[in-house]
Amino acid sequence: MLQLGVAEPMRECEYSQISTRSSTPMETPYKKRTPKKRKWQAFPGRNKFYCNGRIMMARQTGVFYLTLVLILITSGLFFTFDCPFLSVQLTPAIPVIGGVLFVFVLGTLFRTSFSDPGVLPRATPDEAADLERQIDVANGSSSGYRPPPRTKEVVINGQTVKLKYCFTCKIFRPPRASHCSLCDNCVERFDHHCPWVGNCVGKRNYRFFYMFILSLSFLTIFIFAFVITHVILRSHRQGFLNTLKDTPASVLEVVVCFFSVWSIVGLSGFHTYLISSNQTTNEDIKGSWSSKRGKDNYNPYSHGNIFTNCCAALCGPLPPSLIDRRGFVQSDTPQPTPPTNGITMYGSTQSQSHMAAATPLMQSEPVILTDEASLPGRTSLGGPCSGALPLGGQPTPPTSTPNLSCDNGMLPTRNDHSEAHHHMDGVHHHFLTPEEAPSPPGMLPCGSPLGHSHTIQGFYNPASQDSLHEDSVRGLVKLSSV
Amino acid sequence: MTHSLQDMRQQAAIAAKVFIQRDYTNGTVCQFQTKFPSELETRIDKQQFEETVRTLNNLYAEAEKLGGSSYLEGCLACLTAYTIFLCMETHYEKVLKKIAKFIQEQNDKIYAPRGLLLTDPIERGLRVVEVTIFEDRSLGR
Repeated sequence: MLQLGVAEPMRECEYSQISTRSSTPMETPYKKRTPKKRKWQAFPGRNKFYCNGRIMMARQTGVFYLTLVLILITSGLFFTFDCPFLSVQLTPAIPVIGGVLFVFVLGTLFRTSFSDPGVLPRATPDEAADLERQIDVANGSSSGYRPPPRTKEVVINGQTVKLKYCFTCKIFRPPRASHCSLCDNCVERFDHHCPWVGNCVGKRNYRFFYMFILSLSFLTIFIFAFVITHVILRSHRQGFLNTLKDTPASVLEVVVCFFSVWSIVGLSGFHTYLISSNQTTNEDIKGSWSSKRGKDNYNPYSHGNIFTNCCAALCGPLPPSLIDRRGFVQSDTPQPTPPTNGITMYGSTQSQSHMAAATPLMQSEPVILTDEASLPGRTSLGGPCSGALPLGGQPTPPTSTPNLSCDNGMLPTRNDHSEAHHHMDGVHHHFLTPEEAPSPPGMLPCGSPLGHSHTIQGFYNPASQDSLHEDSVRGLVKLSSV
Repeated sequence: MTHSLQDMRQQAAIAAKVFIQRDYTNGTVCQFQTKFPSELETRIDKQQFEETVRTLNNLYAEAEKLGGSSYLEGCLACLTAYTIFLCMETHYEKVLKKIAKFIQEQNDKIYAPRGLLLTDPIERGLRVVEVTIFEDRSLGR
């Protein structure tokens, strides 16, 4: 694979003055014309961004607005109608405490909803190609119709954990990470996707989520208790019916709070349990660490005692966002996998039975591609794409496994097949470009690091989609020349 | 003659890339495998490379350490409703800057003269340490 002679001893390398900064008329005008895009604009997941990338939310935010409206209206009514009476009759501390709780609730809600939950950026084409190669080597070349599941086993603190390969993000998911089918991202320490908050709950915003539901429980109980107190105190003087006429808002507040208390306090209790045992909702639902699975099954991530677990979850260091939303896209860098939503996957681990026929093509295609410039004719659903894109632009499997992660109230969409045909058409056309300009083997495009300072001049400055496909061709070329 | 990092990037073509994957045997903390990849055998000393990765691992462990200072920071942040981070950097971010400096330094002193380039893992989502191997164009002196 390397151009170097293997027997060469290690020495200082000399480099001749070969400039790859070619001054072709194609390049420079192209560079000048395109304005710099920010990375959030090219983000492959299904998220919505606001304030020029500062705010990040899931795609469906309707329920979040409902949450916000409920909180604002109930609290607003409380402060307007109940607090004047209570602050006079009892103590002015009531609206003050209520105010503090209210501000805390809103603050934590916004922090949970707007921040990056811990999204893992997708693999660059080079990484994906390298992983593919390692997997093929590990599995052997002739695996028949159903390639073995792409998993890696790791022993963590004495417990065997299986790491699964994510076909969308082209990475082996770290332990405790999961792919959210709603947001189409892999999220670290994935807890669940919360529609009420309009975002996934993961490593970076779990503490805010917990603070939110905890403070909301207190606020709800607080409002409930004091509205009841208000109504009772007034009823002593005026009678119950008159009270209702004077403060009709109180009825609404009591109703909202009554129903909220059960769910929110329950949820707070549940998450307190999860934090103290250092589990995620995902793990708890699947029973990953329950003793029912086996005598030796225990949670390898737990720190041992409740206090340390709580401290670690709530006061531990806050990891930085890995996706750098507001950074600028380097125009000559091939972007990682573009959105591949709703496209059926070939050779996936959880392969559907009808996909099985397509997989044998995947094994032989890479070799054919380097020899001939023409694509195989479209024979079946799996035909052109399986040959064309074993590496780049790999479509997602129908959302089977990630279902387990996103059970909370939302069902993943099943409109995969209709979209599959459309995308395959588009992809088929795209693929013709690199075919017209075959490259010498061994020359790689520059998948330069997305750094601020240094960029490596590539030979091409195409649109990201084309460059991705070119990279996959190059990757194939690299594979075949091994 | 040796060449600077800038020259190398501008002039040389990439021969291959090696990816050092994460090591999860200690849980979800950020650690990288110290196993020496075979592609680098002709380019760099095994000890040197392992030393680099080990230092990186130590730096990441420092960033994620649970201790008195991190708890204090967490509590203080919570009390100020996390507004304190508008003016102050988190401990993690401070260590990330240290790591960036370390990698730059390693590249300048050790890796660039050998035609290699380390990419800061944060630019790859803390998934891999990407080592770019540049083509050795000097075929004999």
